[in-house]
Amino acid sequence: MRPAPEIVRGTSGASAKDAEVSALHLQWMRAVAQDKDTEAFRGLFAYYGPRITALLMKSGAGRDVAEDIGQEALMRVWRKAPLYRAEMGSVSAWVFTIARNARIDKLRRRSSQFHQDIDDMELESDAPSGEDSTITNQRADMVQTALGVLPAEQREIIELAYIEDLSQSEIAKRLSLPLGTVKSRLRLAYGRLRTQLGALS
Amino acid sequence: MNPHHHLDDATLVRYAAGNLDDAFALVVASHLALCPHCFAALREAENIGGVLLDAVESEPMRTGSFELMMEKLHSDADVAVKERVVAAAPLGDVPVPLQRFVGPRLSEIKWRTIAPGIRKYVLPTSGRDGSNLYMLHIAPGMAVPEHGHGGAEITLILSGVYRDDMGVFGPGDVADLDEHVEHQPKVELGAPCICLVATEKPTRFKDFLSRLLQPLTGI
Repeated sequence: MRPAPEIVRGTSGASAKDAEVSALHLQWMRAVAQDKDTEAFRGLFAYYGPRITALLMKSGAGRDVAEDIGQEALMRVWRKAPLYRAEMGSVSAWVFTIARNARIDKLRRRSSQFHQDIDDMELESDAPSGEDSTITNQRADMVQTALGVLPAEQREIIELAYIEDLSQSEIAKRLSLPLGTVKSRLRLAYGRLRTQLGALS
Repeated sequence: MNPHHHLDDATLVRYAAGNLDDAFALVVASHLALCPHCFAALREAENIGGVLLDAVESEPMRTGSFELMMEKLHSDADVAVKERVVAAAPLGDVPVPLQRFVGPRLSEIKWRTIAPGIRKYVLPTSGRDGSNLYMLHIAPGMAVPEHGHGGAEITLILSGVYRDDMGVFGPGDVADLDEHVEHQPKVELGAPCICLVATEKPTRFKDFLSRLLQPLTGI
């Protein structure tokens, strides 16, 4: 009998992702994309499954629904792995978009079609093209660092938007703030991240 | 195409987080398909999502979850992965996300005249989650009455040019407006202006005549 798989517990959360882990995830992604490697996929599942489940629970889903949607999202990861390229962002960012789309479709019962039309697109841009995975991971690190030093009030609003999936007016209500303040904090937070990243390129 | 008027950062972040309703998401996606600047900015906003996903306190999953999913994956007829969409050579002059509703060509849209010089096409999903979603075809030289907005409004120009206090808006440009903004767009001479609009709530016109017109035009 196989030892109890890692997936039951999940890898520990709430920690920063280090370079080694990011590199491993990239390797797993390639193995899934090129060889349909089940063991590599098991690794991705063990890391992202419990996190996506948590994301959905924080978005208001019950545990069972959250896990079902999480499973659906991971199935999309398996199928879409060949479309992933480093210039789209880190593996985590890419998995986040897939989880976000599954949340839109299954939890919010809206349509993620428009997001999907854009997700797989290639546009010529002034960003470095053919960006390699080292730079991609560096950028993700910068975002992580920048998020870490964000004023608490800005970080809070970013988390309410991305993790809890609250609309602007829901955030305003939750925090008893005018809508304009919510908007300007979102702008400030994002502006800081962009400034940090600008220094990199 | 290199648009000059871009998305509000707050809108971009909300799109990346998945918070926008369908009407606004469609207009934003259509702009992203035309705008390398905002497209690159979106990738950064999605990186935020990735970092937050890494940091979330994970929740245990059911035992055997992985094996169950693999069974499901193998029993599904191999779902073909959609070919990557390459925006460099899109078919027609309608942005890819909008093609789903109106096909690839602006010339084939089934307009309805709602006022002299103003034609409108309401998208089938309009109003489904509160926001209205429609396209406008406004004759050259035509001015839209000055109006504020009951809620946020986002307009993507697809063809032609209009001008208001905020500048000149041409194909690919987006006017991403707060509920407080009032403006009076005037279409430049020469060609009609075709745009895609999402509004949170019906726009309130300012002057009396326009208010009379509003039930008619619904802008």
